[in-house]
Amino acid sequence: MTRIPIVIDGRTVEAEPETTVAAALLNDGIWGFRSSVESEPRGPVCAMGICFECRVTIDGIPHRRACMELCRPGMEIETGG
Amino acid sequence: MAETLKTEVTVVGAGPAGIAAACRAAESGARVLLLDENPRAGGQIWRGTRCGRGPAGARRWLARLSDSSARLVDTTAVVDTDGDGGLLVERRGEALVVEGERLIVASGARELFLPFPGWTLPNVLGVGGGQALLKSGVSFRGRKIVIAGSGPLLLPVAAALATSGAHLRLVAEQAPAHRVHGFALSCWRYPGKLIEATRYRAAFLATAYRTGVWAVAARGDDRVEEVVLTDGHRSWTEPCDYLLASYGLVPNLELPRLLGCAVDNDRVTVDDHQLTTVDDVYCAGEPTGIGGLELALVEGEIAGLAAAGRDREETALAGRRRRLERFAAALAHAFAPRQELAERVEVDTTICRCEDVAWKQLHPAGSFRQAKLATRVGMGPCQGRVCGPALALLRGWEADRVRPPLRVSTLGVLASRSKGPAGH
Ligand SMILES: Cc1cc2nc3c(=O)[nH]c(=O)nc-3n(C[C@H](O)[C@H](O)[C@H](O)COP(=O)(O)OP(=O)(O)OC[C@H]3O[C@@H](n4cnc5c(N)ncnc54)[C@H](O)[C@@H]3O)c2cc1C
Ligand code: FES
Repeated sequence: MTRIPIVIDGRTVEAEPETTVAAALLNDGIWGFRSSVESEPRGPVCAMGICFECRVTIDGIPHRRACMELCRPGMEIETGG
Repeated sequence: MAETLKTEVTVVGAGPAGIAAACRAAESGARVLLLDENPRAGGQIWRGTRCGRGPAGARRWLARLSDSSARLVDTTAVVDTDGDGGLLVERRGEALVVEGERLIVASGARELFLPFPGWTLPNVLGVGGGQALLKSGVSFRGRKIVIAGSGPLLLPVAAALATSGAHLRLVAEQAPAHRVHGFALSCWRYPGKLIEATRYRAAFLATAYRTGVWAVAARGDDRVEEVVLTDGHRSWTEPCDYLLASYGLVPNLELPRLLGCAVDNDRVTVDDHQLTTVDDVYCAGEPTGIGGLELALVEGEIAGLAAAGRDREETALAGRRRRLERFAAALAHAFAPRQELAERVEVDTTICRCEDVAWKQLHPAGSFRQAKLATRVGMGPCQGRVCGPALALLRGWEADRVRPPLRVSTLGVLASRSKGPAGH
């Protein structure tokens, strides 16, 4: 199956088909997805949409849950928000 | 005005319970819409089952679903009622109203997370969370992993991680040995479960499975690098790239509560037909009491038949449901969280991850509601789904009333609510 090109913080990387954004980020060596109220790094915990710790900006829309979205070609992801 | 979808039976949640309900109702001739906020059907346990992969039971049910006339509406979250008997749902930022004559709630369960020093570090995950990440494409090959949690879920997750090439260092079960062994002995009545457990254990034989051991702290710079473990007498440190720490499941009761269904002792009250205390609203799977896959399927089948008016065909399923309920009760007793888990919290330990509220800030409050007003605990985007059950255990605080939206949703969705809010 063909890999899916996505853009993570301005870098183009290739994700496996049917992977979530959370999986693509972790596989790319990123574990701090967002910055908390007290500026601590946070990453996924539940991987099922309830904890909201995996929030990133996807195609300009902030606060998307990375664990709930599959990678789509050309998707632009920004972390650290 | 939002677009309206009309149907006879609406099923919320496409996990095993919802799939079984949708199949049975559709096969009985009812028009069925099956809604789930995930991009794929399968719920927690069958996540990532597709293209001929995954366990046979999962593939059979998913094939049955796609052969049925039930329509799956994915990536669609129920956020509220529309005040007129319908459900307000959000699909990719768009609002829809779903109007059905009968509703089956199969909203499943989430994990119980309990705070301890360092639990907010990246790469400290739920046990099921680790499993879900694996199923959604994360490669754990060569990663050092410690599992320190509770419940039967530890076994399939350890097996899956070991099989995927992870370097699984330890599987620690907080429940004491006598409880776990007593439970295993009582399982002779459920030989299928014993065989399954043995098969999972065989898949991670290179790693120790220890009872009566729990994590007391996670340490690391910008992610977890080591975990401090204890057996109550001795403490030691284990290096890890990932720590999986959660303590069983808690039912998702927000939607049934919003609909006005009676809840008793963390279970939605249902009759023999899975009918709740609200007319035409049925409930199946984990929200009626944590019971695992098979019970979820049986309850789903019963609810689907009942909602399609085929009550008489349920009798054969009722006996299986009773047997599985007894098993679930034994399980809950064996793996109940020990008191020491609550004693791990220190003054500076973060309790509310959304708003970064520490234990010391919560101290003066006497109830969840008071604490919310004073500190914003539970008022972030997870709406108390993580800290709520934790505070129930740490402080004995009851969950606060459910307020819509059930998911943080875009303003457009709420603005399109046709009538005033209902059910609260
Ligand atoms: C993370 C995790 C991993 C697990 N892994 C295993 C495992 O490997 N092996 C095992 O035996 N058991 C596992 N379990 C236990 C397993 O979940 C249950 O035994 C079984 O899946 C229960 O089925 P269910 O249909 O009741 O609920 P679920 O499978 O939880 O399905 C509920 C569905 O409802 C949807 N939903 C909930 N609320 C809404 C809403 N408002 N709008 C739209 N959709 C909604 C959810 O997205 C979900 O898909 C796991 C549990 C969790 C939480
Ligand atoms: S990891 Fe919890 S919401 Fe995504």
